[in-house]
Amino acid sequence: MTTIPVEALLRKKEHFERGADRRALEDPRAELLALEAQGELVVQKMDREAMAMTTKYGREKRIQKSHLWHHKSCGQCGHIPGYSTSIFWVMRKLGYDYHDPQDQTSCTAWNYYASATSNAAAQAAVAVRNFAAAEQTGYFPLIHCGTSYGHYKEVREELIRHPELRAEVRGIMARLGKQLVLPEEIIHYSEWFFALRHEIAAKQVRDVSNVVVTVHPACHYYKLVEGDALYDPEIYGGQRTAVVTGLAQALGAEVRSYSTWFDCCGFGFRHILVQRDFTRSFATLRKIEVMKEEADPDVVLTHDTGCVTTLDKSQFAAKAHDRNVGVAVLSDAQFAALAMGAHPYKVCQLHWHSADYRPLLEKMGIDHEQAWAEFQADIKRLESGEKRYLDWDDVDS
Amino acid sequence: MTQPDAAYKARDVTGYADVPAETKEHLFEQVKADPRYADYLYGCYECGICVAVCPSARFYDFSPRRIAQAAAREDVDLIYQQMQEDIWECSQCFSCVRCPRGNNPGGIITIMREVAINNGLASAKEALVGYSRIIYKIMSTGTQVSPDMLQQDAFPDWGPETADVSANLDLWRRALPPETLHTTSTGWKVADSTLIELYLIWLHTGALDMISGVDPSLHAILQEVMEERLEEEGIEP
Ligand code: SF4
Ligand code: SF4
Repeated sequence: MTTIPVEALLRKKEHFERGADRRALEDPRAELLALEAQGELVVQKMDREAMAMTTKYGREKRIQKSHLWHHKSCGQCGHIPGYSTSIFWVMRKLGYDYHDPQDQTSCTAWNYYASATSNAAAQAAVAVRNFAAAEQTGYFPLIHCGTSYGHYKEVREELIRHPELRAEVRGIMARLGKQLVLPEEIIHYSEWFFALRHEIAAKQVRDVSNVVVTVHPACHYYKLVEGDALYDPEIYGGQRTAVVTGLAQALGAEVRSYSTWFDCCGFGFRHILVQRDFTRSFATLRKIEVMKEEADPDVVLTHDTGCVTTLDKSQFAAKAHDRNVGVAVLSDAQFAALAMGAHPYKVCQLHWHSADYRPLLEKMGIDHEQAWAEFQADIKRLESGEKRYLDWDDVDS
Repeated sequence: MTQPDAAYKARDVTGYADVPAETKEHLFEQVKADPRYADYLYGCYECGICVAVCPSARFYDFSPRRIAQAAAREDVDLIYQQMQEDIWECSQCFSCVRCPRGNNPGGIITIMREVAINNGLASAKEALVGYSRIIYKIMSTGTQVSPDMLQQDAFPDWGPETADVSANLDLWRRALPPETLHTTSTGWKVADSTLIELYLIWLHTGALDMISGVDPSLHAILQEVMEERLEEEGIEP
């Protein structure tokens, strides 16, 4: 019989020992403040009224209500601009001030997850550059994109764990005349909508009680650094993230579940751009068709750039193959804006969407033909040169 | 003990030239040297939970369990094969972080992809075919996708609405109430000074140089764009 020396076994095992410092961070905010006290970085604090929410494992996470720095999303602004516009519009309607910066780049994570043509230091530097730009204005960052939000939380973990990365990023920031700044919390816009859902519902002018909703929770919102997403024991018994669903329920819509809720949408980062056969198949076979079969929704609500794009755009080709598809796809922000009386084209920009949203508008009591005529009248004003751009006064007239 | 190669490891099905063992070891050393690696792998139960939730496993011959297993066993042959064949199938959704062992197979793949890019592996070159214009866009303009990319020939499967958008692009952008969104070639208006800071980040972190091995002409173009812009501003690159 061969005897395996205990030391040899332990040596093998050593490789996988999980030291205390390698467990998921329970309270990243506390870690940031500790590092700030050591002079390692600067933490931007909230300085306006904030709502206390609860994360997956019970940590309190505060959501500042006003004076927010909108970290826009390239996919939203570029391809589904009514997503961004609706976020701004709802905030204006609730009377909260904000800043829409030009001193902001993309988080560049879409490209990173698609092509890996970047590295940890570059990704952290891009994130910190944006955070430092926010801090300089005094407005607190609010992240529009689910991927930016998830990626920035990853970057925060990496910066907390790895002093050599902090040193490298500090050096790069110094060349830009900036400091290594991180906000005390990384906040996704759908958390703001969830936190303020009762204020939003109080301004509701359209009844959505006959609207059936299915929710696609965005992977990068609640799977990346999962402990930091918002949960609520009242919503799915605290077993799924509460954002989006909590908002739809507060507005009075009927939220129905379906079995593949945990599946991703099929975006795939590189796949949506260069391997769309995968994206189309996954989005329709694993998401839309299952929802149709099991829940028959009027609308799919989701809270990330890639998910709206994928679930909306993938249905056209599937329809040509007589698949069981054909359901409107909106962001929670667009849905809330519509419920609060927003114009479907001037504000929510639904003409940029592909899946048919008109039956949903009809259920919400919106005359979409008249609304389109109103939008066209505005376009004529631009064509005639009467105005160069439409502004916020135009969309509410 | 030498294991007979499993069918899926056989060279004649990989389609890629084999390389000496030292090269494979060197590639794996680079993966392990990434500071994030230790946070992403704690061994593997072979439970397959990651496979059950993995979208790519449903449509490709791909498995996050195999990725975690190969890394945990330090099987450099299999890791090399995965770098040539598997890693670009991953959707980077991170559903696999549901792993009961606390692994992040998707994160290991991110690192393997970076190493594949840095070393100009055939799979990396192939993965970037048709993708270069996106890298150009994000690195040179600071936003990844732009409204003017919505062309029907690029997205024929997205329905006729894409053609409507491109036909009305300028007007529809000017109809957007936020001032930052009147752009057509970027997602929003990025300030010039911001762009210069972004260029300095790409240059100083080596991110720009990463593409020199996989797409030398794209690298040359981007380098010229960035250095010219910095020179105009009187900034040492
Ligand atoms: S990150 Fe990649 S390996 Fe993990 S579940 Fe998603 S597609 Fe699968
Ligand atoms: S879920 Fe984790 S432990 Fe289970 S097979 Fe996948 S990597 Fe291994």
